[in-house]
Amino acid sequence: MGHAAALMRVSRALMARYAFCYLMLALPTALFVVFRIIPIARTLQLSTLNWDLISPAKPFVGLGNFRELLLDPNFQLALSNTTIFAAVTVTASVVLALLVALPLARGVRLEGLYQLLYFLPFVAPTVPEAVAWKWICDTRYGVLNYLLSLVGLGPVSWLTEPRATLWAVIIMSVWKTLGYNMILFIVGLRAIPAEYTEAALIDGAAGWRHFRSITLPLLMPTVLLITVISTIAAYNVFTQVYVLASDIQGSPAGLVRVLIYDIFENAFRFYRMGYASAEATVFFVIVLGLTLIQFRVLRSQTE
Amino acid sequence: MRGGPRLLFIHAFLAAWAIVMVFPFVWMLSTSVKPATEIIQFPPPLLPHVPTFANYMRAFQAAPFGRFLVNSLIVTFVSTMVVLVTSSMAGYVFGKYRFPGRTVIFLILLATAILPLETYMVPLYLTMRDWRWINTYQGLLAPYLMMSFGVFIMRQYFQSTFPDDLMDAARIDGASEWRIFTHVAVPTALSAMAAVGIFAAIQAWTAFIWPLIIASTQNMYTTEVGLAVFQKRYTADYGAITAGAIVSILPVTAIFLFFRRYITQGIAFTGFR
Repeated sequence: MGHAAALMRVSRALMARYAFCYLMLALPTALFVVFRIIPIARTLQLSTLNWDLISPAKPFVGLGNFRELLLDPNFQLALSNTTIFAAVTVTASVVLALLVALPLARGVRLEGLYQLLYFLPFVAPTVPEAVAWKWICDTRYGVLNYLLSLVGLGPVSWLTEPRATLWAVIIMSVWKTLGYNMILFIVGLRAIPAEYTEAALIDGAAGWRHFRSITLPLLMPTVLLITVISTIAAYNVFTQVYVLASDIQGSPAGLVRVLIYDIFENAFRFYRMGYASAEATVFFVIVLGLTLIQFRVLRSQTE
Repeated sequence: MRGGPRLLFIHAFLAAWAIVMVFPFVWMLSTSVKPATEIIQFPPPLLPHVPTFANYMRAFQAAPFGRFLVNSLIVTFVSTMVVLVTSSMAGYVFGKYRFPGRTVIFLILLATAILPLETYMVPLYLTMRDWRWINTYQGLLAPYLMMSFGVFIMRQYFQSTFPDDLMDAARIDGASEWRIFTHVAVPTALSAMAAVGIFAAIQAWTAFIWPLIIASTQNMYTTEVGLAVFQKRYTADYGAITAGAIVSILPVTAIFLFFRRYITQGIAFTGFR
């Protein structure tokens, strides 16, 4: 009898604790479900509809939107521009970040100051930064063309010629993301056990040979991880494109069409909600694929 | 490390990069106080000969930057507070309690973190439209009220750093679970919460595509949107545009300079971006 009563008391206490847990989770979970999980599910659902936001009819078109996307020159251009942008930006940003991280990870004088200065572009808001770069890239009065003229090059029409504008966006994006990658590289470099370096010194390996044969192989998982994270972010590029490539007859990014811009335009200028959702679904699949690679890398890292 | 020329080379390299990285900021600041004649001078002078604040006056006359700043402050403040509340509540429960469904709920909250807002902004916009939240503060805030990264940081903190003994001692004293959370757990978690708060603040302040979609009239623009629209309308007046850019970049940069330790640690910890 006493035993049963004690059990009852314990289970009541347990129930009360469960209730506390669910109450604590109610608000956060509700916010996640309403503002993230349901919209994600609805993106997939909308991608199969043909809807202009106004008409009451939302005919089901199956994979029709995707079929149309495949043949859409704007989408093809956006996909190729975004891919070129991602490939060049990520490669340059990763290599440069590693170059600055190598001395900083070992510790040099003014290390903190250098880290601060390299990292600043990453945390500062993109719109004002892009405004500054727009002026730097100005064909007539810009500093970039001035510097090029000193070595006898240019002038380049950075913001009016599509190829050059893509490069202007790439240069600015490398500048912006380098500091973030640097931080991750410093962490990765400092995690390499000191014995490796000591052993290498005893073997007489130094400089480039040491880097090639010891540091780089040990750092490879970090390199891969940073590459994947940066590639996901690069496919998401929008703000700097919106600001830098926007002046031709008020049509933003008429010059450099990227994936997110194309989604934005289809949804909020042409009100093609189903079509834009199909495009967002393609983006979703790209991100998912890259994330699966990231998990692979993380797993092989812990094994 | 062998000193001498090698070390000198490393320093020269780092310093040269530092100049490249800082130059756009210096140039922005310098342009914002240059008179119009010096802005279009070629070759461009690094510093103004006759500094002026006229650009700032014109920027504030041409666009309600004051209003933009207030909007950004409201959105950033509310977002940060709500993210702190939701992250610490969820993180505490995930880190300290076992209950049915724990893993499933945790995975649901975290798994969606990989998908950027851009993948689901279209249906979210439609929801805002149904709720008549377009062009409102609620609308601007909706996706910025919770942060997977914040939940994750807080869970890590409570799980690894906050001792069970403290909770048991409080229980023996007759404290309720809620009271243990608010009076024992939260006060020890302030530095973890600072890290979460800074990320939430930066995320809310620098948000661009969402406020661009949601704010349909000028009085609801955040600083980022206001600046982006303004710089498109006044392409000729570069002095004023740059002054606006300085106004918009200063608050976040100030936060960063004060709290940068938390930011770099947070990134190192999770690879968040």
